[in-house]
Amino acid sequence: MSKMLNLKLKIWRQAGPNDAGSFLDVDAKEIPEDASFLEMLDIVNERLIADDIEPVAFGHDCREGICGSCGVMINGQAHGPEKATATCQLHMRKFNDGDKIVVEPWQAASFPILKDLMVDRRAFDRIVEAGGFISVPTGTAPDANEIPIPKEVADTAMDAAACIGCGACVAACPNSAAQLFTSAKLAHLNVLPQGQPERYRRTEAMVETMESFFGSCTNHGECHEACPKEIPLDFIAMMNRDYVKSKIKNRSLASQR
Amino acid sequence: MVTLDAKIPEGPIAEKWDNHKFSVKLVNPANKRRFEVIVVGTGLAGASAAASLAELGYQVKVFTFHDSPRRAHSIAAQGGINAAKNYRNDGDSVYRLFYDTVKGGDYRSREANVHRLAQVSVDIIDQCAAQGVPFAREYGGLLANRSFGGAQVSRTFYARGQTGQQLLLGAYQALAGQIAAGKVTLYNQSDVLDVVVKDGEAKGIVVRDMLTGQVEAHSAHAVVLATGGYGNVYYLSTNAMASNVTAAWRAHRRGALFANPCYSQIHPTCIPASDEFQSKLTLMSESLRNDGRIWVPRDRDELRSPGQIPDEERYYYLEEKYPSFGNLVPRDVASRNSKTVVDEGRGVGPLKNGVYLDFAAAIARDGEQVVRERYGNLFDMYERITGENPYQVPMRIYPAIHYTMGGLWVDYNLMTTIPGLYALGECNFSDHGANRLGASALMQGLADGYFVLPYTIGDYLAPKLGEKPVPTDDPVFQQAIKEVDDRTRQWTSKTGGTHSVEYYHRELGKIVWEYCGMARNETGLEKALSEIPALREEFRKNVKVLGSPDGVNTTLEKVNRVDDFMEFAELKARDALHRNESCGGHFREESQTPEGEALRDDENFAYVGAWEWNGPDTPQTLHKEDLHFENVKLTQRSYK
Repeated sequence: MSKMLNLKLKIWRQAGPNDAGSFLDVDAKEIPEDASFLEMLDIVNERLIADDIEPVAFGHDCREGICGSCGVMINGQAHGPEKATATCQLHMRKFNDGDKIVVEPWQAASFPILKDLMVDRRAFDRIVEAGGFISVPTGTAPDANEIPIPKEVADTAMDAAACIGCGACVAACPNSAAQLFTSAKLAHLNVLPQGQPERYRRTEAMVETMESFFGSCTNHGECHEACPKEIPLDFIAMMNRDYVKSKIKNRSLASQR
Repeated sequence: MVTLDAKIPEGPIAEKWDNHKFSVKLVNPANKRRFEVIVVGTGLAGASAAASLAELGYQVKVFTFHDSPRRAHSIAAQGGINAAKNYRNDGDSVYRLFYDTVKGGDYRSREANVHRLAQVSVDIIDQCAAQGVPFAREYGGLLANRSFGGAQVSRTFYARGQTGQQLLLGAYQALAGQIAAGKVTLYNQSDVLDVVVKDGEAKGIVVRDMLTGQVEAHSAHAVVLATGGYGNVYYLSTNAMASNVTAAWRAHRRGALFANPCYSQIHPTCIPASDEFQSKLTLMSESLRNDGRIWVPRDRDELRSPGQIPDEERYYYLEEKYPSFGNLVPRDVASRNSKTVVDEGRGVGPLKNGVYLDFAAAIARDGEQVVRERYGNLFDMYERITGENPYQVPMRIYPAIHYTMGGLWVDYNLMTTIPGLYALGECNFSDHGANRLGASALMQGLADGYFVLPYTIGDYLAPKLGEKPVPTDDPVFQQAIKEVDDRTRQWTSKTGGTHSVEYYHRELGKIVWEYCGMARNETGLEKALSEIPALREEFRKNVKVLGSPDGVNTTLEKVNRVDDFMEFAELKARDALHRNESCGGHFREESQTPEGEALRDDENFAYVGAWEWNGPDTPQTLHKEDLHFENVKLTQRSYK
């Protein structure tokens, strides 16, 4: 049987986007250390239901660290204390008996709170819709091996594409900037040969859409620290360079490109 | 009276799909914009279908219960995607992939569908590479492959251990492009709770907005369900928490036949449950069996730690029983043998509910560094979840529900028995028979969405040119909206509930796992058929749902799903009871060889069992689609 922890939780509760919120104090006794953080919240919720209190709403789905649905601030840290770990993969053995844990939703103006710990991250989809794709209608593709891609390039694209879109980067940023997310998407497509024809159009459109929702980057690097997939900061530099280039290349006179 | 016409095209197997593509009716490019299509689900099948239909010119509405289409559970697939590219020069071909898939499915799938799947597999890789899916590559820049269980060629393409994620992002991005172009309207956080049928044809859906609680209807010329499998009927599975059978089940209640619900695949290498609070199980890639040795202590009362148990006191049961395949026997065989040793009391771990997967020999042979390069990310994940270091102590694993082969019955066009209603991906039944081979789920989802439905849907739509979708103020829609609204509100309006939704879901899972899990027998299934309705009745009377129906209410979302699982579970047990043979993921203890292996009964059961809804609390009627094998020779599998 698991070792048991007794914890003092402060969990943010908020009925809806326009309601005032407040902390709920929970005396979470007998929490097995083998439980994940979300399973700990499950246990707390079951006890709340038994006491006729509505359970705390939080985003979650795959619980394998890949869907990007989950994510809360744990004692002020996005996804909690363990590096490179999404909330669903964080386990209670990382905490000590008697710990006080404050659980809050992502806090960013572009991620309005839907309820309790759930936020609306649809702004990320708008950024992707602005250009985060390669236009290749189904059926038009050449043979997959017709375009050789150096292994290092494919690996870099994969490093960028590993982003799960959880929003921890925005939540961790003092400016609520979305540079890490946006640059990861851009790098994934912009380093590949297939991504070249739309590279500068994509970069300009995605960066400007990002700026219409999110704050500005001032190089704190907190995003990388919070990222469960350890997306490197280099991609932000790559994005900035491509953005400057795009402002020249996207001018209407084709001969100047 | 339903008749099952699979509409398999004439001609030799290799020409059927080409013949069919030529003979289906077409909608001319300028007229496509006059048709509206609803797609439910944004996993591989749904996102690829929605994007491809929109590219053709159809007006598409796509629905997902997630906040973003990218979060569908296809994202979690690890291993890879098969394609008959023969890039390795090792003798692969469309025909071989077809043959392997029919055989791997234990001869319970439809030959024509599987051959088509193998044919379009090559186009999928081209499409995905062009979209920028970062497949693994060799130093020369060309695509890498690996081999997978059930095949003797190397035909699996992969993107690290995140192939599903990368393929889904490819499809999601294609979808995003169409959303931006105004060809697709996205409805996120929308729970589809019913299918609307008028004059025998699918005309739309009923949806609950998960943010406001508003119930509303959407109509179209055709409805496409791509809503995944029913693995969560077991409560514990490797499926995501919200994966459910609801849309498919509601379609079934509206007249779509449900095929082979007893088939479910159990993955042998998952992390065992550690306690009652366990909410889901985590899969560890099957590739681990290439280097890990599976064993349990011979002594049931063994108390020593694994490292202290000498070799002769260890029971390497797969290596002993299957000398030629050893630890690499197919998924179902590995799983059943784990169950046998655990049931015998030889299980390991604090709850004695696992078996060891031991890398000590591989580490001694190849060095820790080599093992780390091969499996480092999996070892890290294992340590994160269990707190144990698998470089030092053996992993503990146990089988878990992973994929479901059964689903809505569809014809060759992927249309269900309700005209105008299609089912794609895991939510249909057609391609994997009684067992799915590794790296074939991603292939099927994308085949259906990118390359099958875009051709076949025109055949249904073409004659409807000029017809308008039924307006949603039509009485049939208003009635359906009212039914969904009433059904949803009843849960929060009653008082005096005793147990949570989670409690009842867990109880249901225990029954289904016990009697309709890895091994089934008549007595157990009869028991399940009496216990499930009793539990359902208690659940409907006593479940406690707090909060308001108007707004975000995650318990309310779940209660509708569990309610549908409560009905579905009974059909699953009934199907398992009637199929008195062992095949693939369905092992009937009454039907085994003297050595205890699965024994098929081709004489009596070479058919698809498709069930027709007869109303609540009334047993469904069984319809049979006989399977004809003209190309593949039926043999009994042996891995000795």
